[in-house]
Amino acid sequence: MTAVAETNKGKLTAEEKAHLSDRAKGERNLGWRLAGPAFVIMLLVTLYPICYAVYLSLFNYRLTDPAGRKLVWLQNYITALSDPLFWQAFTTTLIIVVVTLVFELVIGMAIAMVMNRVVWPRKTLRTIVLIPYAIVTVVSGFSWLYAAQISTGFFNRWLHFFTFGGFSENYNWFGGRWSSLTIICLSEIWKTTPFMSLLLLAGLAQVDSAQEEAAKVDGATWWQRFTKVILPNMKAALMVALLFRTLDAVRIYDNPYVMTGGANKTETLSMLVGTETVSRVEIGMGSALAVILFVIVLIIAFIFVKLFKVDLTTSGRS
Amino acid sequence: METTMSTKAKNGLGVVSIVIMIWTLIPLLWIIATSLKSTAALADPSQNLFGNFWPKHISWDNYKLIFSGGASDLFLPALWHSIVVCVVSTFISVVLATFCAYAISRLNFPGKKLILTTSLAVSFFPVIAMVTPLFNLWRQIGLFDTIPGLIIPYLALTLPLSIWILSAFFQQIPWEMEQAAQVDGATSWQAFIKVIAPLAAPGVFTTAIIAFFTAWNDFVFSSNLTAQSAQTVPAALNFFTGASQFVQPTGAICAAAVVVTIPVVILVLVFQKRIVAGLTSGAVKG
Repeated sequence: MTAVAETNKGKLTAEEKAHLSDRAKGERNLGWRLAGPAFVIMLLVTLYPICYAVYLSLFNYRLTDPAGRKLVWLQNYITALSDPLFWQAFTTTLIIVVVTLVFELVIGMAIAMVMNRVVWPRKTLRTIVLIPYAIVTVVSGFSWLYAAQISTGFFNRWLHFFTFGGFSENYNWFGGRWSSLTIICLSEIWKTTPFMSLLLLAGLAQVDSAQEEAAKVDGATWWQRFTKVILPNMKAALMVALLFRTLDAVRIYDNPYVMTGGANKTETLSMLVGTETVSRVEIGMGSALAVILFVIVLIIAFIFVKLFKVDLTTSGRS
Repeated sequence: METTMSTKAKNGLGVVSIVIMIWTLIPLLWIIATSLKSTAALADPSQNLFGNFWPKHISWDNYKLIFSGGASDLFLPALWHSIVVCVVSTFISVVLATFCAYAISRLNFPGKKLILTTSLAVSFFPVIAMVTPLFNLWRQIGLFDTIPGLIIPYLALTLPLSIWILSAFFQQIPWEMEQAAQVDGATSWQAFIKVIAPLAAPGVFTTAIIAFFTAWNDFVFSSNLTAQSAQTVPAALNFFTGASQFVQPTGAICAAAVVVTIPVVILVLVFQKRIVAGLTSGAVKG
């Protein structure tokens, strides 16, 4: 049928056109009938809760006191944004996002370049590197927690050994904000760098090796080739990887929850929403914080898409 | 390019690769090592080798504790909940996404791009933002701490991902082959079973693994929307207690962690190539 329609494409009569549009209509109907259920359910389970959160955020409402529920409009947002605890969580999240992104980008790029060029052990490396991705985040959190603890861990002992006794065996990593954040970031970097390097490797594969060779022949140094040939050629992949990881890092929850539970000013924005909702059952305030986090994610995505011109649909596939 | 590389450069890269692999493996080896330490070895570094890393004597006590001992009341139901919730939500997502991705890759209809963009956008929603409204709603309608009360939010994790990845896979399938088979005399059913299904199955399978893994990894929903009767393993790990109240639950937690990690690690390693293709399909052409 299609073949016939196509061979006659040049000389369509009016009747055939009407027939074709019938066909197109049928295809349109079938398309939505097949894709519709998935689309509708996806919106129901994601957009509906967000809209409901926006609505709930306008109330002063504790779950234990439903009768006291009162419409307060934007009061929850004003309270949240003027609360030092919110800004502390905001700063903690920001620090984690920036630190992990910088390291992931550098280490991820290095690993991607090694994976791209390595001759042996090529296959083993590409397989082993996926392990952190395959490990449940909570499990990796516990692994790093126990590794850094004084009594059960090996960190302090190894550091003590490699610094020839310069590092104390009894250093308490979870005693302060910065040392706790160091371990949280380390564990986060370990867990997500492989994913980053895979995205970057896919980008590296698109770089024209002839161009690189030409630059080499022209006497460009390694650094010049890297910044002038490789990076510009994989900008799209780089930006997408960066966007994916930023949005992922902003909602960090599992790792700090397992390791510190938010002690020593290590509570992140996501954890703040969680405690406000579940432990304090302040549904109104919890919803307002959830909406704020949601808006932050939207702003980041907007900046990437508009300013850095990350086009997800066309860079996605041709 | 590889042929022009000197032996020295080759070996240099090989050494760097080994360093990368060690860095990747240590935390996994560490959690296995900790799960094999006896209570005494956990408290006393002199019973361990390599700077408190590996136990001198391997002990299976922690595994006994989670499968038949004191921690089994908590671990075994949690393991069961994890399996049920993840399998059901993965199944629902992949079935729905298969229809959706088929339509997107084969049929021409307005709104295709909208579906794909939406599925990508919602997969970056901060999941915790869905917790507060669901917590309130589930409390009111009695879905709090139930299996369906966890399956529904898990669809929010797995469905957008499945639509996106599966569409990418299906767009690479040479669908014309179906017609070619029919021209060669196959019925449409035969053409589907013999030609299309074998081409589509690997994509569906890979998507299912990635979706399952995403659900398996969840901690945000499970720790906030359950209490006891629907708790999954990642959430339950935080409630472990030791053999007695004076003993830290370290060993039991590590043993449980190994049990939930090893099957997934094996799965991912075996299907490494396909999973990488699935994970990067959305990001870069290839």
